[in-house]
Amino acid sequence: LRGHGTYVDEEKLIASVAGVVERVNKLVCVKALKTRRAYNGEVGDIVVGRITEVQQKRWKVETNSRLDSVLLLSSMNLPGGELRRRSAEDELAMRDYLQEGDLISAEVQSVFSDGAVSLHTRSLKYGKLGQGVLVQVSPSLVKRQKTHFHDLPCGASVILGNNGFIWIYPTPEQKDEEAGAFTTNLEPVPLSDREVISRLRNCIVALVTQKLMLFDTSILYCYEASLPHQIKDILKPEVMQEIVLETRQRLLDLEG
Amino acid sequence: MASVVLSEAEKLYIVHGVQEDLRVDGRSCEDYRCAEVETDVVSNTSGSARVKLGHTDILVGVKAEIGTPKLEKPDEGYLEFFVDCSANATPEFEGRGGEELGTEIANTFYRVFSCESTVDLKSLCINPRDHCWVLYVDVLLLECGGNLFDAVSIAVKAALFNTRIPKVRILESEEGSKEIELSDDPYDCMRLNVDEVPCIVTLSKIGYRHVVDATLQEEACSLASLLISVTSKGALTSIKKLGKGSLDPESIFEMME
Repeated sequence: LRGHGTYVDEEKLIASVAGVVERVNKLVCVKALKTRRAYNGEVGDIVVGRITEVQQKRWKVETNSRLDSVLLLSSMNLPGGELRRRSAEDELAMRDYLQEGDLISAEVQSVFSDGAVSLHTRSLKYGKLGQGVLVQVSPSLVKRQKTHFHDLPCGASVILGNNGFIWIYPTPEQKDEEAGAFTTNLEPVPLSDREVISRLRNCIVALVTQKLMLFDTSILYCYEASLPHQIKDILKPEVMQEIVLETRQRLLDLEG
Repeated sequence: MASVVLSEAEKLYIVHGVQEDLRVDGRSCEDYRCAEVETDVVSNTSGSARVKLGHTDILVGVKAEIGTPKLEKPDEGYLEFFVDCSANATPEFEGRGGEELGTEIANTFYRVFSCESTVDLKSLCINPRDHCWVLYVDVLLLECGGNLFDAVSIAVKAALFNTRIPKVRILESEEGSKEIELSDDPYDCMRLNVDEVPCIVTLSKIGYRHVVDATLQEEACSLASLLISVTSKGALTSIKKLGKGSLDPESIFEMME
């Protein structure tokens, strides 16, 4: 069976767009790689977004898509348990929870008919993000996986948002049980963690410029390949090509 | 300047990083990003250059035209700067938004080049009091990724280096008026000496330390910055302060080091 992005020529199935092949049972389709500058939301995706507006019962979130996404107050974790009805006081206190400019991690609940996405943070692992670094990439470079929250063994954690926003942050020591973690940790991050985070950020930028798919293994291999170089040298074109070539080689060895 | 919104935690992370001399992309406080300079990109100008410094993209074109010298300096040519912040750079520059920034950059360059020794203006003179070369320097901001002034100054220097001014001959005609003849040979031209042209270094104050070549995120965290234009021999031609914060005099001396 052939899906989008393919055509039949002399009994052979040929791709009509340059991109990634997706196989679902017997359906074969090719998803274009370059044209997806804007993020198209799908239910169940994890996204990282930035609050742009605080409105009456909802927040408007920027997620690198054509329309701003919406986070309803009722879809948000509130301290004090999950089943509380949202009162008028909660509405007035919205700005105390999330302000303009804050970063959040959320899951896509539903998609409106015009393409706007509705988010929810109904689990303890989502919520406001604290100290860390944001990297913006094209959404088509983020591979779809089972989980998008990764604790890398090199010492930092990374959230690969499907919308192309990648959040790198220091791994928290204890797994806190606070609902949604609204109070951000404002202590200075130690220098060793900072070096790991900066190196990861440069590695991700290198992978993106060479158009390699981003997932936890590729980022980890790139990190290990970059260890002999200084952090700031990773952004030089020659070093970038060398590191990504090594990463590509290791990934091919893994598959083969 | 174009700005990007950051959360408080992100700003805190950047400020702490600068204190420890490790910025978000691994640079130390005194490292520049990788710069790409291309000259001779626009064919119908006398000289041009394109500079890419990280996400900042600047295009400069220089056109040499014959004009009358200024009254107070009859035996010198002069330079005219025009900066266009295109709407491609950021949405803030749409319509008239970029004009303020454009005039600010242009005025800064007038001050930078106001010093006598930067460019040999006497070589631009053809006939004292009558004709001289006027160099129209047009700057186009294609993309704004932080640290505009430094990138523009590098681009201007490269474009001036690339500028070819045709040689002229002055002929005396019968009535006694002077005529100017441009040589037709495209290779018969003179080049400007740009050794003394200064480059601008922007130092942004973040927390208690200062950084060179700030990105957009770092500019959002800095309260004030100092613009110093310096020649290759180390001579300063102008200093300017930007921003709402205040700078301690001691920190200014520290930055100049």
